[in-house]
Amino acid sequence: MSTHLTIPKTYKLYIGGAFPRSESGRTYQVVTRKGEFLANAAKASRKDARDAVVAARAAVAGWSGATAYNRGQVLYRIAELLEGRRAQFVDELRHGGGLSEVAAQREVDAAIDVWVWYAGWADKYLQVSGNANAVSGPYFNISTPEPTGVVALVAPQGPASEGSGLLGLVSVIAPALVSGNSVVVIASEATPLPAISLAEVMATSDVPGGVVNILTGSPAEIAPWLASHADVNALDLAGAGALDWVDLQIAAADTLTRVLPPESGIPAAALDRIQFFTETKTVWHPKGII
Amino acid sequence: MSFLEYAPAPESKSILHLKKKYGLFINGEFVDGHGTPFTTISPADESPIAGIAYANEADVDTAVAAARRAYEKTWSRMSGADRGKYLFRIARLVQERARELSVAESLDNGKPIKESRDVDVPLVAAWFFYYAGWADKLDHAGYGPAPRALGVAAQVIPWNFPLLMLAWKIAPALAAGNTVVLKPAETTPLSALIFAEILQQADLPAGVVNIITGAGDTGAALVNHPDVNKVAFTGSTAVGRAIAKSTAGTGKKITLELGGKAANIVFDDAPMDQAIEGIVNGIFFNQGHVCCAGSRLLVQENVHDEVIDRLKQRLSTLRMGDPLDKNTDIGAINSKAQLDRIRALSKVGEEEGAQRWSADCEIPAKGFWFAPTIFTNVETSHRIAREEIFGPVLSVLTFRTPAEAIAKANNTPYGLSAGIWSDKGSRILGVADRLKAGVVWANTFNRFDPASPFGGYKESGYGREGGRHGLGAYLDTGWHPSLTAAATPLSDALEAGSAKKPRRASVAKKGASK
Amino acid sequence: MTIETSVVLAPASRAIQLIGSDLTEKSLKLHLDGLTGVDAVGLQARAADLATRSIKTTSKVWALDTIIKLIDLTTLEGSDTPGKVRSLVAKAMNPDPSDPTTPRVAAVCVYGDMVGDAVAALGSAHAAGGSTGINVAAVATAFPSGRSSLAIKLADTSDAVQAGADEIDMVIDRGAFLSGRYGLVFDQIVAVKEACRREDGTYAHLKVILETGELNTYDNVRRASWLAILAGGDFIKTSTGKVQPAATLPVTLLMLQVVNDWYRLTGEKIGVKPAGGIRSSKDAIRYLVTVAETVGEEWLQPHLFRFGASSLLNDVLLQRQKITTGHYSGPDYVTID
Repeated sequence: MSTHLTIPKTYKLYIGGAFPRSESGRTYQVVTRKGEFLANAAKASRKDARDAVVAARAAVAGWSGATAYNRGQVLYRIAELLEGRRAQFVDELRHGGGLSEVAAQREVDAAIDVWVWYAGWADKYLQVSGNANAVSGPYFNISTPEPTGVVALVAPQGPASEGSGLLGLVSVIAPALVSGNSVVVIASEATPLPAISLAEVMATSDVPGGVVNILTGSPAEIAPWLASHADVNALDLAGAGALDWVDLQIAAADTLTRVLPPESGIPAAALDRIQFFTETKTVWHPKGII
Repeated sequence: MSFLEYAPAPESKSILHLKKKYGLFINGEFVDGHGTPFTTISPADESPIAGIAYANEADVDTAVAAARRAYEKTWSRMSGADRGKYLFRIARLVQERARELSVAESLDNGKPIKESRDVDVPLVAAWFFYYAGWADKLDHAGYGPAPRALGVAAQVIPWNFPLLMLAWKIAPALAAGNTVVLKPAETTPLSALIFAEILQQADLPAGVVNIITGAGDTGAALVNHPDVNKVAFTGSTAVGRAIAKSTAGTGKKITLELGGKAANIVFDDAPMDQAIEGIVNGIFFNQGHVCCAGSRLLVQENVHDEVIDRLKQRLSTLRMGDPLDKNTDIGAINSKAQLDRIRALSKVGEEEGAQRWSADCEIPAKGFWFAPTIFTNVETSHRIAREEIFGPVLSVLTFRTPAEAIAKANNTPYGLSAGIWSDKGSRILGVADRLKAGVVWANTFNRFDPASPFGGYKESGYGREGGRHGLGAYLDTGWHPSLTAAATPLSDALEAGSAKKPRRASVAKKGASK
Repeated sequence: MTIETSVVLAPASRAIQLIGSDLTEKSLKLHLDGLTGVDAVGLQARAADLATRSIKTTSKVWALDTIIKLIDLTTLEGSDTPGKVRSLVAKAMNPDPSDPTTPRVAAVCVYGDMVGDAVAALGSAHAAGGSTGINVAAVATAFPSGRSSLAIKLADTSDAVQAGADEIDMVIDRGAFLSGRYGLVFDQIVAVKEACRREDGTYAHLKVILETGELNTYDNVRRASWLAILAGGDFIKTSTGKVQPAATLPVTLLMLQVVNDWYRLTGEKIGVKPAGGIRSSKDAIRYLVTVAETVGEEWLQPHLFRFGASSLLNDVLLQRQKITTGHYSGPDYVTID
């Protein structure tokens, strides 16, 4: 038997493709269901949220400008990497979330399948969401969905036993990425460790830095800053049911940010989730041969 | 004599049979309002047209109750095919009374008769025709197998296209199976009230459409009424923002069509004569009272002087005057308040150092008028380059490269529309891709069609009107839990299995209780 | 086909002024290809918008008289005879025998061999370079197809001028234009212009017929308009009347826009003549509106705008009678020519 002394991981934030500590220097303790210390997670501040929005904005042009085929492959690649590190996630869900080994495995499997399912939509959602329009005149007229831009998300915050550790996070991030948005997500406060491990997957996959930004800490503290941020185009309150989410929606209304209200549990994978984070653009051009 | 001073060619008002005063149209009949009635005037000469009832909160209650009753008892039980037939009837009646509606619109709004006659009213009929056909085909609209109506729709519309905005709101609402309470703008209620008579002629069941007149407080009471399920508003971003806040957490489905500050981008290879027409149509159509107006002209610097020269020559042929004259190009500003705002912002433009040029128009002694005006030497930081003026005032800026044009075009909190003028196909498509605007007109401008979705990005609002997308705004579409068919059902993956639970109802209730 | 780009073109002062003294096929082509494009839908929409103008009462009276003054009353048939031409001239001089206040038309337009008959029939009413009276216009250069040698085209032209024609309506070589030989088209116009020169050194007015129905695209019409102006044309004219479509409002609007561009550039005023297919007063009034709102009302004079028409005149006379008498007139109350 080895006598190797284990090296615990330092869990940090994931912003702009890098892993900074919170600028505030704050951390909070992550414990097992039995209350045993697991790790110190970074406790993101409003300035971390601000930095994350800046990073996300910078990444929009590149990510949304990539071909849909390319985005689909990049999302599929996340599933590949997740598959390769499934033992690590199962471990984290078991120890950090208190899941049984079987339940943890099923959750990781489901999370992988979510990536695969959404990856396949990247070059198809446009075909079912957009359409040509038969206008009464000599004009070419077409309506197509485009990414909204920067999406802020509150990941599901329910008990880890219900899937908020990994599956919930993946279920809100993936649909926003499909069309080319970049995201700032507030991970489950109680089960943040899989989120940072997912960030490591992102960092080693082909997702460009800044496309996915992951904050750990208190949603109640950070969400209002993201909701009222003028450079956030859409807000997914999926996991904000326990917060004063109507106030968040009101704050978002100041700049007409699109708001998706809270859901109970883990959001089901749905085309509508992709569509919600898009804007329909209609282009007109005359048609003539002389 | 000068030929160009065409002899007056006024459209006859004799076709109008106006009442001295109009009540509220609730439950299929005109009833008195309980607020203090007001008078709607012609902005062209400030003469009174008719007395208009003012709906107070109690009247709003009555109207919403009538709509709810009609929804529960009649409209939601009617087949889509029959709903469609009512819409077809309305479309035909609008066509039959087109001339009368055009005269009423120009009289009350101040817009030139050639626009109400050739644009507004034909589009109104087209809108009802288009959505009539959807009423029995909702399950083919791409919103799932059995999309359902939302219930009662509260609709508040602006004064710039009074009847057209009514059609944009009512046609899809009814096609989708909703009933309606609509409030026209305070300064332009007339055509909506004539439309109410059309609904009577169409024998539309009582309460399916209710039209209540009044001012801002009437509209606020309507959109905030607890028994409405859908709110659709077209108007200023400030009011839209207030609606977004007051309806937060209520579960009401919201469509907002708000302001804009559209860039109209002219590249040096543009088909120049058509571009000039497009610029004119972009900002001087309907006196610039258009949310999607091309109010920021971005001209490539190497053709700036030529474009401005040509533009001035073209503007000097525009004819301002009597809205009912068939040769009038530019009508009256809709209200004193709007005129004051246009004047104030134009003054700011001069103070900021932009150079003002106004067409040499004779301003009538009475009424509200503003000559077509262009500001050159406008910088991106000027207020007239950022704020919506909503009048016949064009701000001209320059750019050097396509990238700069795109950056300047997108440098605004709005995102409703944009224009591109170029002969180069790949550039048009490339630039169109990068513009953050819901409608992009390339080598044309200000075209509208019921089949074509319209609506903005960012602070220009939520949702789209027109087309299949506009139908979705009035349907309870629900999510489609497609993953169950595609892969391992999520619920199986989890012991607690919450993924399949219907998500909205409980959450909405929670919000509403706040 | 290879275009001989080094060919030096015949001198034409306008082209030299604009393009430079080393005028070649290549420099001409570069200039014409560099013109901005025309969007067909936008052009047609603008023309349709101009067509909605409502011209009533006093404006209509003025418009009807103006149309008559701008007409080139035309007969261009293989069956034309001296008798037919005399009849046409009589109509031109006295369009409405029932109303002596009716103005005369601008010109009669005939084949070259009929010029002598037309001049004789006009007698003292022949303007012959004067400011009053009626001009004689002759179609020339192997009208309508233009398919003959340059020598024949030039002889055709000089014959008509010598016979007393005040105006020459030439056709361009559409085949050469469509195959990209702009220089050939240019040189022929320059040569025909020279053939319009009378012995006293004055020139007959040269109208250049583009035959827009054969050029087909608006971009071509724009290029051909520029080419005709650069080569020295006094007028650009839409059509022979023998090809469909002949004059249309969008095409005329486009040619007026080129004329407007030339005026803005040089201060020189070029005339425009839509011909063929304009049969009703209503149509003709739309053209007046289009002229007035594109280049200005000043163009509504015979030396800057003409209608090439035959049946239009009678419709205008019927409308005129309606205004004068207050009731609708009928075809038996105007004369056939």
